[in-house]
This record gives sequence, structure tokens and C-alpha cells, in this order.
Amino acid sequence: MSHAADLRAHGETLAGPLPALLADAQHLAQSVVLGAHGRRRAGMGDEFWQYRPAMPGDEARMIDWRRSGRSDAHFVQEKEWQAAQSVLLWVDNARSMEFTSDKARPTKAARARLLAMAVSILLVRGGERVGLSGLGLPPRSGPVQLLRLAAAISDTGDAPDFGAPEARGMLPRSRALFVSDFMGDPAPVTAALTKAADRGIKGAILQILDPQEEAFPFDGRTIFESMGGSVRHETLKAGDLRDRYLERLAARKAMLADLARATGWQYHCHHTGQSAASALLWLFGALERDH
Amino acid sequence: MFTFAGIGFTAPWLLLGLIALPILWLLLRAVPPAPIRRRFPGVALLLGLSDEDQQSDKTPWWLLLLRTLAVAAVIIGFAGPVLNPDDRVPGSGPMLVVMDGTWADARDWPRRVARVGEALEAAARDGRTAAVVTLTDLPEGDLPFQAAEAWAQRLPSLVPRAWGVDGDAAVEWAEGLSGAFETLWLSDGLEQDWRAPVLAGFETRGAVRVFESPRPVLALAPARFEDGAIALSARRATPGQEQTVEVSGRGLDPNGVERELARAPLTFAAGETQAELALSLPPELRNRITRFQIEGVRSAGAVSLTDDGLKRREVALISGRDDREALQLLSPTHYLQQALAPTADLIDGSLDDVLLANPDVIVLADVATVTEAESTALTEWIDQGGLLLRFAGPRLAASDISRDAEDPLMPVRLRAGGRSVGGAMSWGEPKALRRFGDTSPFFGLTVPGDVTVNAQVMAQPDPNLAERTIASLADGTPLVTRKRVGQGQVVLFHVTANAEWSTLPLSGLFVQMLERLAVSTRPARPSAQDLAGTTWTADMVLNGFGQVEDAGTVPGIKGEALAAAVPSPATPPGLYAGEDRRIALNVISDDTTLSATTWPARIPVEGLAVTRETLLKGALLSLALGLLALDVLASLWLAGRLRGARTVAVALGLALFIPQGGEAQTPEDTFAIEATSEVVLAHVITGDTALDDIAAAGLRGLSETLFNRTSIEPLEPIAVNLETDELSFFPFLYWPVTPDQPLPSQEAYGRLNTYLRTGGMILFDTRDGDVAGFGGGSPNGRKLQQLARALDVPPLEPVPSDHVLTRTFYLLQDFPGRHNSRDVWVEAAPPDAQSVDGMPFRNLNDNVTPVVIGGNDWAAAWAVDMRGNRMFPVGRGFAGERQREIALRFGVNLIMHVLTGNYKSDQVHVPALLDRLGQ
Repeated sequence: MSHAADLRAHGETLAGPLPALLADAQHLAQSVVLGAHGRRRAGMGDEFWQYRPAMPGDEARMIDWRRSGRSDAHFVQEKEWQAAQSVLLWVDNARSMEFTSDKARPTKAARARLLAMAVSILLVRGGERVGLSGLGLPPRSGPVQLLRLAAAISDTGDAPDFGAPEARGMLPRSRALFVSDFMGDPAPVTAALTKAADRGIKGAILQILDPQEEAFPFDGRTIFESMGGSVRHETLKAGDLRDRYLERLAARKAMLADLARATGWQYHCHHTGQSAASALLWLFGALERDH
Repeated sequence: MFTFAGIGFTAPWLLLGLIALPILWLLLRAVPPAPIRRRFPGVALLLGLSDEDQQSDKTPWWLLLLRTLAVAAVIIGFAGPVLNPDDRVPGSGPMLVVMDGTWADARDWPRRVARVGEALEAAARDGRTAAVVTLTDLPEGDLPFQAAEAWAQRLPSLVPRAWGVDGDAAVEWAEGLSGAFETLWLSDGLEQDWRAPVLAGFETRGAVRVFESPRPVLALAPARFEDGAIALSARRATPGQEQTVEVSGRGLDPNGVERELARAPLTFAAGETQAELALSLPPELRNRITRFQIEGVRSAGAVSLTDDGLKRREVALISGRDDREALQLLSPTHYLQQALAPTADLIDGSLDDVLLANPDVIVLADVATVTEAESTALTEWIDQGGLLLRFAGPRLAASDISRDAEDPLMPVRLRAGGRSVGGAMSWGEPKALRRFGDTSPFFGLTVPGDVTVNAQVMAQPDPNLAERTIASLADGTPLVTRKRVGQGQVVLFHVTANAEWSTLPLSGLFVQMLERLAVSTRPARPSAQDLAGTTWTADMVLNGFGQVEDAGTVPGIKGEALAAAVPSPATPPGLYAGEDRRIALNVISDDTTLSATTWPARIPVEGLAVTRETLLKGALLSLALGLLALDVLASLWLAGRLRGARTVAVALGLALFIPQGGEAQTPEDTFAIEATSEVVLAHVITGDTALDDIAAAGLRGLSETLFNRTSIEPLEPIAVNLETDELSFFPFLYWPVTPDQPLPSQEAYGRLNTYLRTGGMILFDTRDGDVAGFGGGSPNGRKLQQLARALDVPPLEPVPSDHVLTRTFYLLQDFPGRHNSRDVWVEAAPPDAQSVDGMPFRNLNDNVTPVVIGGNDWAAAWAVDMRGNRMFPVGRGFAGERQREIALRFGVNLIMHVLTGNYKSDQVHVPALLDRLGQ
């Protein structure tokens, strides 16, 4: 699957300059698996955390004899509790994402996949587990998972005109990243985010738009069709619609931002005309941020 | 014709169509522009939005105006508008257009044809039939009246002739015309005595109009040779103001290319119709001139071809008795000098000296023997076309030359002693000459009765004597014999060149015979008697425009006819070739005078310049098309389809309408710019695609290595086609050898040798260093020998250990590629290369070695693919990678050597310099 391989190679290129992304690990007992994340508290792990005086009930084998030999009391060495974080991605593969206004510019879908892969690579490099939301690809760590991810998000299959987020199979208190143009019906988005918030999942929404979708530079008698052709709208004067279209677009963005604020997520709008690195930087910050 | 504001319309009823324009306006307003289908994901946000203005977009008024104007232009265009309409009453009945069609017409032939076209156009509008006749090419039978359009199509095939009108035929033709017609006569402007009767013939049939060009008629008379200079004479028809024309002489230069050899201004004084010019030219230049012409006049009359009359033969006179104290009249060459001096350049001197001057003719008067060296030189000179003319005399008669065997410098064998007839001590009368036979070059010359021969040398009766005899005495003994040798000939007069043995040198026949033998050149136009009995064929002919054309195969004409010929269809002007001579027949002869026509007052005479009717139909239809094109653009723009790439396409489309001023870059330019903007390595295209790809990949790998490690930063390598591409752009060529590549052509080898001589380097790689040693044991090696055979390759030697290649960048002693053979050969060091004390290296040759030959398959070792990965394994393991590294280092050294020459060689002086600086 050369397409997937290319995608991964590009993702590697983009991820190269950034330090390993360490997702903020929340207190999350259920999804604990030993990993590279210090939880800033004593627990299971490899890294030294602290010595504490031996307490009644500590087994004799837990006593650190080297440390205890230097003083009169007995000490027990505690390790830092380390746990890996699960991050779930949803990358919209709807037909609307295939749009680009200029051949020299990537489609929204290409940009979305690229960013998703870059983030995945950073996460995997940081020891996190990455997977897709839904039941297709549960989170795992390791470079092989990157290959599976690349293959999975490159698979367009027969997609609807507008995508809806997949909120099934999300582990409680994990983190999530939704990448889409969010042009379709907003109700599934609201439902998915509400459901995710109910489970304590935090994450980021990345809206990817083409510059033409922001500018609406049309005029004259026009029939607009969705990418799949299922939705159409005819107008006699496209120029007159511009202001109202832009109002609606702004309203959609505001709705997404409000929704994100209410559920404790992060929202960002990215244009395919901009550099992908800026969006990745934002994602880096959003997934790293401690709430 | 309906006329409105100075513009006439041929089909005015069509203008009623303009009434329909307002209806069109309303229709166009009602129809909205077609919608565009657009894929747009944001459509989901548009759902439910309705247009504020329910009425569709109206076509804006200016677009409507544009379209209306376009339609109006179409309607008016088809109504047939004519600017400057000719309001004369249309003639009726057939119209005859007569052109003279002579050489004098040629000077402004296109304008005449255009004028005829105008007349035919007018006739076509009036629905008249027409006929076009040139008087030099009279039609047979009735006048060919046809539809004027049919004649208009045949106009381009009319050409002027290089001769004048045959007056008698023209008069007879004009008098034989029947029917009534109007005549338009385009005269060439020269007065001829047949004009009046022909005009009378036309006038009996109907009205006659005459058109004449105001441009002066100029003609050039044949060049003559007078007083050591070329006399040129030009004529003009109308005496007027002072006028200067340029006359140029053209001919073949020593390289065989025709070019202008001389040019001089020729000035007509005010009121004169004739201008003279004396042009003095060196003989070498003069003999090369083939024609004179008046510059800037395109007419056969302005060209005068030159023939032998202008050429002056160089004749060397050598006699055997110069030292004798005697009367001038007894000198053996006196009569020859008298006969030849007016028409030839005479050379005196010894035989050695005159042979150096390469004369046309060498005359040996009573010279018996020549030295062996002279004989050889003479034979060679005759072989190349020289004419050796010998005269007998006492010495020749007394010698043994050509007695038993035929001497190469004698046409026949001679009997001892000769004979004497009619003298005091002999019987018989002096012999007269017999009439010349028809195979003789003298055939046709009359023999005067007073030419007698008293003494002569006798030819041995050999089998070929009869065919070599070209003149004989009345009793049949040969008088003149001739033998052809190579391209030249040897001619022997069996009498002396003075009057001792015969009276021949005293007669006019002697001069004529010399002329026929092309010893002398004729002074002027030959008379019928001079040319009697000869046959001439046209070699080159002049067309009406004064261009020289090959005559093709035409029947020969009699010399007598040629002497009296005037230019006509049977004897077109041109250059006629006879046996050894060429005669030019020119349009203008010495006695031609030109005078302007005078027409009776009743005949209207117009110049060529008239106000033309201009048809506006085409212009209006173009305007309509342009408006419609604009309409397309405007509609696209209104509909919002004119964006991005389409705008560029439209701009390009518009640019097509703008005249292209700049010169586009040719592919050669692009190639040159690509190859010279940076250093570029190049490889030769062998025709084997896989091999060429490896070569390109290898050079790419080497280029990358150079880029990374050195200050040489080459671009992508270029494949060079030896047959088509310029090589001098490349400092270095890599040439992989494969047994089946084609050999380059001779031109390619020429370029390759220039390339090697001027500092280029070719790396030959036989790629078989693993199996074959150097020296042609393998198929590749044999192919290399074939390839290099035509190359200018210096002596070679294996790379010596102190060669500059070993240290131009890296210090190397091995030059491996994928194979590790030691056989790498470069230009050998000069044998006197000295080793200086204390220096580790010899002072070697100063140049870059032009070739490096080896078989280590370097390209494969250097090759990288587009991702930068090595394409071929070298050796095994670490040792193999080390070998590849050395191969790359060899490449770096090689390119450094190519680009810096022996710069590193000079570094051997560094210790000495440091020492001198006191370090």
C-alpha cells in the first residue's frame, strides 16, 4: 500500500523537528498500563521516586538495604508511577474532504491525514498508545501501529458526503482528536462530544477548511453541488449569497468553539492554504496541555 | 451602386437587416446567462438561502451593445461596402487587357499585375468578359474572352519575357482581330515602330486606354574591353535630370561562391540618355566576372552577361632563337605578337617562370627540346587544361625529336628533314591550303588563295594521323595537327610562326585560326563568317527578371544564326557554349537605343498609381469576429468563470493576437543555457538505454559527491547526442563503450576532435576491467579501437605514479570503479620530462589529458538512484565500500583535473617557495 507508506513518510518529515509529544496523563486507574509517563506520585514504574521510612506492613524484601545501611532506620525505595496515555483519533474521510480549490493545494483530506499521522508519530515516539475511535483500530503503541494507522486513515472506502464523528469504543478518560471540516450536520458532533465529555475524555477539534470556503469568491448564476452530488443549491446571483454564507460559516465556527469550551476540549480552525506545521504546533500544545 | 457618405454598397438591400437590431436587443435581454455547476462542500451552509432578487441577472447594457454592434457589423459587411467607389459608368462588352510582357516590364511587374487585377475586378463587378494578352506571347486564334474572375486567378502565372515584342507578328495579330471590345494597354514605356499599327488595330475595335509606369527604364549594354579597361554603357529611355545608378560585376570567387566582385557608380548627365563608365580591374578579377547588372533594377535589360570577349587569355611566347642578331620581321614570334597583342595578355620569360604563372596558352616557336623537368611540368600543365601551341622551324626539323617514338609534347611523329617545295632548288609550285574538313575546328573559315607554303616538316603516316590532322595542304600533307592530352591539347603548326616557310602568318586566316583555337580572344561581337560552321548550345539563359537560369537541354543553333540573333523565343538571351568558347547573347546590344513612347493625344494615358476602391467587407467581418470574441470573454467574466488558470489561458489567447516581437528561445538556446549556467557533467548517448541510464546515474552520484566534498557544484548531468549537440559546453564527457553502439558520423568526429584539441576530456570506459586487460582482447576493447580510430588521440601510457591525477584532490594510486584493474591510460608524458632534484614529481605535460581510458566501470560504482541510494554493489563488505569510496575519490580527482589542469602540479614548487621566504 504505497499510498499509506507515502503518508507515513510525509508524517515523519513533518514530525521530525518537534520534541516527543507527551500527552498529559490524567489520573486514570482503569487505563493504566506501564509506560513512560511519570505520574508525579509513587507507584509502579521504573524510575526512582523517593525513599521513605519503612512502615509496618512493608515486606522485608521491599527494604532498600543500600540506603538503609547508611543510617539507622530502614528505608523503602519507591518508584514513580508511570502510565501510558491512550489517544483516539477520528479523521473525517467524507467526500467533502476531497475538495481543493487549487490543484497546487492539497485537499482537506490530505492535510487532515497528514496532521493526524504527524500527531500519531509524535505520540508513539513519546510512548503513548494511539488508535482510531470506533472499533476498527484500538489504541496500541509502537511503530507498527503507525503503519496500521496510516493504512486505516488512507482507506476512503465509500464515504458519505459529509462525515459524522465516531464516538464508539472510546476508552474512558483517554484523549481524543477529531479532524474534519465540520461542514455537515452539527448534531452528531454535539452528540459525540457530549458523550465523550461524559466519559471524561478530553481532546481537540481541528477544523480544516479550504481558503475558497472562507472566501466564497463566486458570482453569477451558479448551481452548487456537494462533492458527492447529493446536496445541491441553485442561485441566480452567487455574489449576493456571500455575506450570508460567511455569517453562517462564522456561526458554525462559533458553535464548535462553544461546544469545545463546554466540554473542556480545544478548538482550532486550520486552512489548507497555511503551513501544516502551524497546525501541528497547535495540536502539540493542545494535547500536551494540562487541564 | 447605392452610395452613402462616400461608401458604396454592392448589396444595399441587406441593410434592411439593421431594422431587426432592436428586436435582437429585446431578445438578448430576456435570456439569462447559463448557470455554472460548481462542486463546493460549503453548499451545506447555503441550504435554505434564497436570492434576494428573484429576477434573473440581466445582461448588462454594454454587453448588449457589444453584441448588437457585432451583428450590425455582420449585416453591413455582407451588404458589400466599398470605400472610394468607382463611380464611372460601367463599361459594357468584352474587355481586352494587353501587356507588353517584355524585359522592360519586369522592373515593376507586380504593380502591373496588380493593375490588371484591378481592371479585372472592375470588369467582374460589371459582369464583363475579359481577356489578358501579353504581346511577347501572342495567343493563337481568337481572343480568349472568359469571365474576368477566371483571368484574375491566372494572373500570378504571367511572367515577363527576356526579349522584346516581335513587331511584325504583333502588327499582323492586331490587324487580324475581330469583334468589338474595349482595350486596356499596359505599355512598357519604350517607343517601338510597331506601336502605331498595333494601336490602330485596337482602335478599330473600340476605345483604348493606356497605362504607363512613371519609373524610368534602365538598360545596360554589353561590357567591352577598351584600352585596358572594361567599358560599361547604360541607357535610359527618358532624358531627364542627372541620375546615378550602381553597376555591379558579379562572378564566382575562388571558393566557387557567386559574389559581387566590383561595383561602381554610373552617372547619367542631365538630358543624356547614355552613360559611360570605364572600369579598370586586375586581370584575375576581370576574368572571374560573369555578368554586370544595374543594382536595384529587376529586369533582363539591366543585366549584361560577359563571355570570352571580356576574358583576356594569358599567352606565353617562347622562341628558340632569341639570341639571333636579325631583323625584327624575322623574329619567330613577331607575327604572333602582332596577332595576339590586341586580344591577349602576353607573358615573356623562361619556360620555368611562365609555368609558375599558369598561362592559358604556351607558344613554343621552333623550340626543339626541353629539359626533362620542364617536360614533366609541361605535361602536367597540359593535363590540367593548358594549350601547348608549337610551330616548326629549322631547329625542329634538324632535331631528332618525335622521330622514332611520339614525343608526349608533339601531336605526331615527324619524318627527318622536312620538305621544301616551290623554292629555287626544288620542283613544283608552292602549295596552297585545302578547304577545312567538317571535323576541324577551322571548319567554315574561308581559305584565301594567296596563302602558300614553301617548306614544312612532314608527319609520319601513322594510323591516327588522319584524325589528328585539322588542316592540310592541297596535296593532303598535314599542315596543322592536334592531339588531346587530358583536359588540354598539343597543337603543331608544321610551318614557322614567321613568314620564312609560308605566307600563312601574313594572312587574316592566321588570326582567325588562332581565335578558333582559343589562343586569342575575339575582340568584339563575332561576325557570321567568324562563326560559320560551328554549333552552339545555350548554357545559361536569362529570364525576364534578369535572373540566370540553367538552360536545360535545348537544341543547338548554327554559329551564323547566333551571330545575327536578336533575343527571341528561339534564341533566348543567355550564354551559349561552343567547343572551346562561350558567347553571350544579351538583351541589349551595342546599338540599342531606348526612347520613351509618345502616344496620340486622343489616347488617355494613366500612371500606375490610381485611387483604389477598397472593399470594406473583410474589415467589417473581422470587426464582427473580434467583437464576438470580446463578447465571449465578457460573458465568461460576467458568469464568474474567468478565474485562475482560465484567466491565464484567456490572456494567452489574447496574446496570440498581439504581433510577436520577441524571438522565442530555440531548443538549441535552451540546451546551451542549461549546459553553461553551471558546471555540468555529461555522458555520451550510446543508444543502449540501460547503459545510458547507468551513465546518467553514475554522473549524478559523482555530481553529488563533488557537491558535498568540494567547491564544484555541478547541476544534473546531461546526456549528449554527438550528432546534434554542441560539445564545447562540457568540460568532461563520460563515454561508456558497448560493442553494438553506432560509430559517429564524420561531422561528429570533426566536432569531437575539435573538442579534444581545445581542452575537453573524454573518459572512455570499456566496463570490462574484470575480465579483459587493456589492448582490445574483449569485444568492448575492439569497439573502443573502432571508435577511437578517427579520433585525434595522442600517445598514451598507463597513469604514472607522479601523474597529477594522483593528487588533484585526494592522494590516490589506484583508480578502481566497480572493477579494480590497474589498466588506466592517459596521455603520455613527453619523453624529455625531467625530474628536478628534491622534487617528488616530474615536470609533466602542461595540458589536461584529452582522454582517460580504462575498463573499471566507474559509472556503476558512482551510480545513485533518485533517492540517493547506491544502485550497484561494489566488492564485498567493508572492503567493497572502501573500493567505492576510492572510486568516488578518483571521480573527484578526475573532475578536479579537468577543471584545474595541472594546478596541483605547480604545488611541487611550494617547498622551494617556502625555502626562499626564509621559513
